Amino acid sequence: MTTTGSPVSAPPTHQGGAAPRHRNAPPSREARRRERRSRWYQRDVKWSPYAFVAPFFVFFGAFSLFPLLYTGWASLHKVSLTAPTDMEWVGLRNFTRLFEDDFFWNSLGNTFTLGVISTVPQLMMALGLAHLLNYKLRGATFFRVAMLAPYATSVAAATLVFVMIFGRDYGMINWALGTVGIDPVDWHNDKWTAQFAISTIVIWRWTGYNTLIYLAAMQAVPKDLYESAALDGASRWQQFVHVTIPSLRPTILFTIVVSTIGATQLFGEPLLFNPGGGPNGGPDRQYQTLGLYLYEQGWTNLHLGRASAIAWVMFLLLVLIALVNWAISYWMKKSELGRKAARRRS
Amino acid sequence: MRKTRTTRRAVALAAVAVIGSGLLAGCASDDGTDSESGGDSDGKTVITVGLFGTFGFQEAGLYEEYEKLNPKVEIKQTVIERNENYYPQLLTRLSSNSGLADIQAIEVANIAEVVRTQADKFVDLGKADGVTKEDFLSWKWDQATTQDGKTIGLGTDIGPMAICYRKDYFEAAGLPTDREEVGKLWAGDWQKYIDAGKRFQEKGPDGVAWVDSAGGVYNAAISSSATRYYNEQGDVIYKTNPDVQKAWDVAAEAATEGMTAKLQQFTKPWENAINNGDFATVSCPAWMLGNLQSKGGEKAKDKWDIAQAPKAGNWGGSFLGVPEASKNKEEAIKFAAWLTAPTQQAKLFAERGSFPSAQASYDTPEVAEAKHEFFDDAPIGPIFSQAAKGIPTQVIGPKDQLIQENIVGTGLLQIEQKGVSPDDGWKAAVKAVDNALDE
Repeated sequence: MTTTGSPVSAPPTHQGGAAPRHRNAPPSREARRRERRSRWYQRDVKWSPYAFVAPFFVFFGAFSLFPLLYTGWASLHKVSLTAPTDMEWVGLRNFTRLFEDDFFWNSLGNTFTLGVISTVPQLMMALGLAHLLNYKLRGATFFRVAMLAPYATSVAAATLVFVMIFGRDYGMINWALGTVGIDPVDWHNDKWTAQFAISTIVIWRWTGYNTLIYLAAMQAVPKDLYESAALDGASRWQQFVHVTIPSLRPTILFTIVVSTIGATQLFGEPLLFNPGGGPNGGPDRQYQTLGLYLYEQGWTNLHLGRASAIAWVMFLLLVLIALVNWAISYWMKKSELGRKAARRRS
Repeated sequence: MRKTRTTRRAVALAAVAVIGSGLLAGCASDDGTDSESGGDSDGKTVITVGLFGTFGFQEAGLYEEYEKLNPKVEIKQTVIERNENYYPQLLTRLSSNSGLADIQAIEVANIAEVVRTQADKFVDLGKADGVTKEDFLSWKWDQATTQDGKTIGLGTDIGPMAICYRKDYFEAAGLPTDREEVGKLWAGDWQKYIDAGKRFQEKGPDGVAWVDSAGGVYNAAISSSATRYYNEQGDVIYKTNPDVQKAWDVAAEAATEGMTAKLQQFTKPWENAINNGDFATVSCPAWMLGNLQSKGGEKAKDKWDIAQAPKAGNWGGSFLGVPEASKNKEEAIKFAAWLTAPTQQAKLFAERGSFPSAQASYDTPEVAEAKHEFFDDAPIGPIFSQAAKGIPTQVIGPKDQLIQENIVGTGLLQIEQKGVSPDDGWKAAVKAVDNALDE
């Protein structure tokens, strides 16, 4: 370890003035070694970052990119799980047939409605809860940890409990309704009751997670904004609407994107909500999502080609969502800049 | 100083590379780990058995017995609860030739497909030592045999069918309670079973349904007919097959007449309903007895009895096969042969109620004199033996399970639980089946 000056400088002159000697003599061994070392150093600086990120990309390639591409290849074939290597080329048929596939459109519609009724209330509740938790509370840490508990629960465990709660004959909700004289509801078999029940599972699991994200973003909002708003006579509600929400806009957009992706891939909850355990989403497929339909085609019907085509359509849908998100954030940034410019001008 | 920094970095890089390649290698293939499944540290041969549901081999003490007879062998089993999860996994593993157990179970609903598409991946057990073709019911043997005579699976149990009924409810409804007379009540025709249900509905106790589910009625009725979804040439004929139509009509009538408890079999609500005594009859293949006993508990003891079904039929049952990829083929074949031999099948019936597919065992005291304590000492040996003798030779096809699941889970369930008309229910079922079969 050198304790003085820069590590690349020549030895100090009081040791015999090394520097001049270097200048006159042909490049010594020491200098060549140093040069080699500095070349190594340059290469090191240049390439080792790639080496450090390489494991991720190797894994991404092996477990994401390759399956993605192979799924695309499989989607152009007729393949059965009984002989996965035995592929028969069918071109785009697996995609074009989706247009007339009522089951596909049904599951797409269910994915959409389930997505809306689980994501919208979830994010609004998360926003409200985060606002409440942002106040000085006694036992704030306890509440914050409690918020995250559902997120830490496994989907399977949570869903099985909810299935019992929403049971027709011996469920807790119907029992409670019965005590006030309301007839039992057959939660599974009606489209909207079933979707409502499933969305409660999703909401229950994910609200706390989004709350914490909002809370973190809220704590980064400068306090003086609230102070000056309060000085201007803004009520707490006005502060929430005019200070909190605008400052949280990027965060809100982020949670919307993440929840939308989650909603598009909704799978575990509706699968386990079916008491029979099958992927058909009820007798009328009233809660079969895209994920479940894909699973049914691939693993129940054993049609890997058709399942791959559905998987690719889901992927393209997500790409589309990402593009929309990008467009919105671009537009938001632009209008923000525009507003700032307008303010400066006035 | 700089030197140490470079070495440190080199070490880090090397570590990353090692970890990365190690992880990749870890998921590459199971083939490399022969030593683990081939034998353990004390030189024992480990035979792995892959099962679904509850076969009861272990519970009946058969593994232990075999290990005592063969001190050099150790048996390990893995169980997946539902066949619908087990079967796709089995197919994937067969096609990649890895991760397979030395013995794999195959459900009767899948056996035709396995025989047709996977026969070359399984060992021919028909010619193995200790296997006697004549020990088995001939139709059971044939189901697991390819056209050129290769037998890829040995029959374990079969599901000869009876009807289980609640004596207390029958008495309240003014129906006979003696098992012979109950059997006569509907002998010969499933329609008579529905008619008896109508009588039960008039006078039976309130809040008790005649039968658990329309699906159960359908499965039982179709199990007793010789043809189902395929003809002998292998064409799908379910849309026009009168046998299917008959079974469908009976089940649809049960649903539209409100005779069912609107349950789906093998679900939690169904189990609760058994416990609470919500229905008076249920189609009872031999393996169903265990369900009624374990879910019914003390409350239901001696309240159930068993009568002959309107027509003899077979519902369920399985096979054991040895994959070619097995690492202990010789030992696995020996063990599979032993496990399905008449003596062991008789023991399994006595302990667990799985009815033998080895007809040679029907005359052993374990089967012939078997009684079931929970069912008021009903002579289950003679009851199910009689049913087993009447089982028609069924024409099975590769997609039987898929077709049946869609008929029951879409068509009948819509009628039963959503009040759809039988015609619309049938249309919905056909649409779902067509979609499922269309590759």
